[in-house]
Amino acid sequence: MKQTKTTELLVGMLIAAGVAALFVLAMKVSNLSTFSAANSYTLTARFDNIGGLKVRSAVVAGGVLVGRISSIDYDNRRYEAVVVMEVDQAYDQFPDDTVASIYTAGLLGEQYVALDPGGSEELLADGSEIEFTTSALVLEKLVGKFLLNSAEGAEATEGDGP
Amino acid sequence: MLEWIRGLGRSGFSFFQTLGRSNLFLLKMLAGIPSVLVRPRLLIAQLFSVGVLSLPIIVVSGAFVGMVLALQGYNTLVDFGAEESLGVVVALSIVRELGPVVTGLLFAGRAGSALTAEIGLMKATEQLAGMEMMAVDPIHRVIAPRFIAGFISMPLLAAIFSAVGIYGGYFVGVGLLGVDEGAYWAQMQSKVDLYDDVYNGVIKSVVFGFVATWIAVFEGYDTVPTSEGVSRSTTRTVVYSAFAVLGLDFVLTALMFGD
Amino acid sequence: MQSSTEKTAINGSETLVKIRGLHYARGDRVIFDGVDLDIPRGKLTAIMGPSGSGKTTLLRLIGGQLAPDQGSIEVDGLRVHELGRTDLYGLRRRIGMLFQSGALLTDLTVFDNVAFPLREHTDLPEAMIRDLVLMKLQAVGLRGARDLQPSELSGGMARRVALARAIALDPMMIMYDEPFTGQDPISMGVLVQLIRLLNDALGLTSIIVSHDVKETAAISDYVYVISEGKVIGQGTPEALGKTDSDLVNQFMQGLPDGPVPFHYPAPDYMEDLLNA
Repeated sequence: MKQTKTTELLVGMLIAAGVAALFVLAMKVSNLSTFSAANSYTLTARFDNIGGLKVRSAVVAGGVLVGRISSIDYDNRRYEAVVVMEVDQAYDQFPDDTVASIYTAGLLGEQYVALDPGGSEELLADGSEIEFTTSALVLEKLVGKFLLNSAEGAEATEGDGP
Repeated sequence: MLEWIRGLGRSGFSFFQTLGRSNLFLLKMLAGIPSVLVRPRLLIAQLFSVGVLSLPIIVVSGAFVGMVLALQGYNTLVDFGAEESLGVVVALSIVRELGPVVTGLLFAGRAGSALTAEIGLMKATEQLAGMEMMAVDPIHRVIAPRFIAGFISMPLLAAIFSAVGIYGGYFVGVGLLGVDEGAYWAQMQSKVDLYDDVYNGVIKSVVFGFVATWIAVFEGYDTVPTSEGVSRSTTRTVVYSAFAVLGLDFVLTALMFGD
Repeated sequence: MQSSTEKTAINGSETLVKIRGLHYARGDRVIFDGVDLDIPRGKLTAIMGPSGSGKTTLLRLIGGQLAPDQGSIEVDGLRVHELGRTDLYGLRRRIGMLFQSGALLTDLTVFDNVAFPLREHTDLPEAMIRDLVLMKLQAVGLRGARDLQPSELSGGMARRVALARAIALDPMMIMYDEPFTGQDPISMGVLVQLIRLLNDALGLTSIIVSHDVKETAAISDYVYVISEGKVIGQGTPEALGKTDSDLVNQFMQGLPDGPVPFHYPAPDYMEDLLNA
């Protein structure tokens, strides 16, 4: 077999290049570097409607990414969606009257959970449940409410006629 | 008329026969894998000829695909004022689809056809039969190392294609078209998911590598041992691999990215 | 790994290969239609016949690459077509085969080609393998060509290298598939001599499949003539020279017309010309 040493060298370089490329894809291109689940604690929140929230959607406080949704379940007895999230250990000062709301990023963007801290002295610990939640806005309900309101408004003004 | 129907039946039969032969062949090949691991020399030689020699075309294609994507993407996005999202467009297109698929097609064309021709020629010059008569199983010694080499090389090549493509897009988008550098990477990082996108892309390239190499190696082994037969087998490798890659891409995409 | 078929002669009988009632067809074409053959141990047996009479197929049947439709093929007491893979491979290690084209592995040098069976099937140290390879190459007169690539060899030289490779494991039998085809007189002479010499010096059993009557008859101990799926003549070369059979005679003498006609079947000549 001629040139075995060169061949082996080049093959080694190919494999190294391939692995390096995978690394680049993982680290620089994907969202891996932005959140690691190593040091995190768990919080739960219940919503009437989670809208388009997905597992691995963002958990945000003051606009900053502080965690990720780890699982979404449905409680068939209390008829609520149960969302479990992993929050970075560095942010463990959330008071226990924090409000968790589901907002949409941009006009048609992805949905995320926003944590709005309250004023309580007690803090949320690992495994605790957030009491105050605001569900996602569902577009159809909004439109329906709007139509209803404008219909009632029109009736009221008519009734005030001469 | 009757002759036509009979002909149709015959090709249907031969299709199933070939399908059966190729699967039995696959089993024999998989059984030969342990013996290859005992002789790394064979594997390394094949990794060189299948993987390293495909690098130039993969890198060049990756670069150009990334650059063209950036150009086209920019032209469209700028109408919506969304040119800052160029990084997302380039990265998702390449990592999810173009990386595995284009690499698969190029691999089938360059490495696949070379494998078929090489093995086919060995069959035509009775080298495979000679090995058999010397009590060396050609499937273990000739075919299995080539198969493993293809199977390992494809995901590596696809990853390299994707990485080069994204940087190619960076070069055109940020360097030439003036997209904000921070926006290019930051938006990309928030939208490209490690599991959904990168990992799935890698799975695709592994599947494509398996199938494209299998087809290439089988066509070579099964070829009619004349020069015309070898050239036809080589053509078949490229065509069937292309069908397989594109068809599997559809199925995998539906499974991975559908809801 | 030694299988049971690798140990030397299971029965020390006179006949090494015994073929009885062989029937083999490929698709619609019947290739062998009830063939009986005996290949005696230690002798050089030729199997001759017109092109397409299935001579190469016969070698493949003996080597176990093909299985007969009917009948039995026994090599050294073992029924070849009934052997499992390991046993078949064990048997093949005791048989050398010389293909028409030499079938050398094109990516290996001459040395590596001859060393191939030794490296694959034995655990001998490289130094010993080197000596064995050089000895085998010396026997065929190509020790100096050891570092050449197969593509640099002439046809005759390639066949000699293939011969060296075939005797690498000191087989009990060698099968030659058309060894003299397309050779110039000198290479032909060399091969003819080598085949006979090796057979005697190494105590081999040789089977030559050929249609080169003169060369093959000159070195064979026994000849079978096969045509249209049957054995139409057998005997020593001298006996066949005085045969009664017209077909065998036409073949042995190389006569253009006889039982195998010169003219392909056609309508009457006069009528063909007159009908415009």
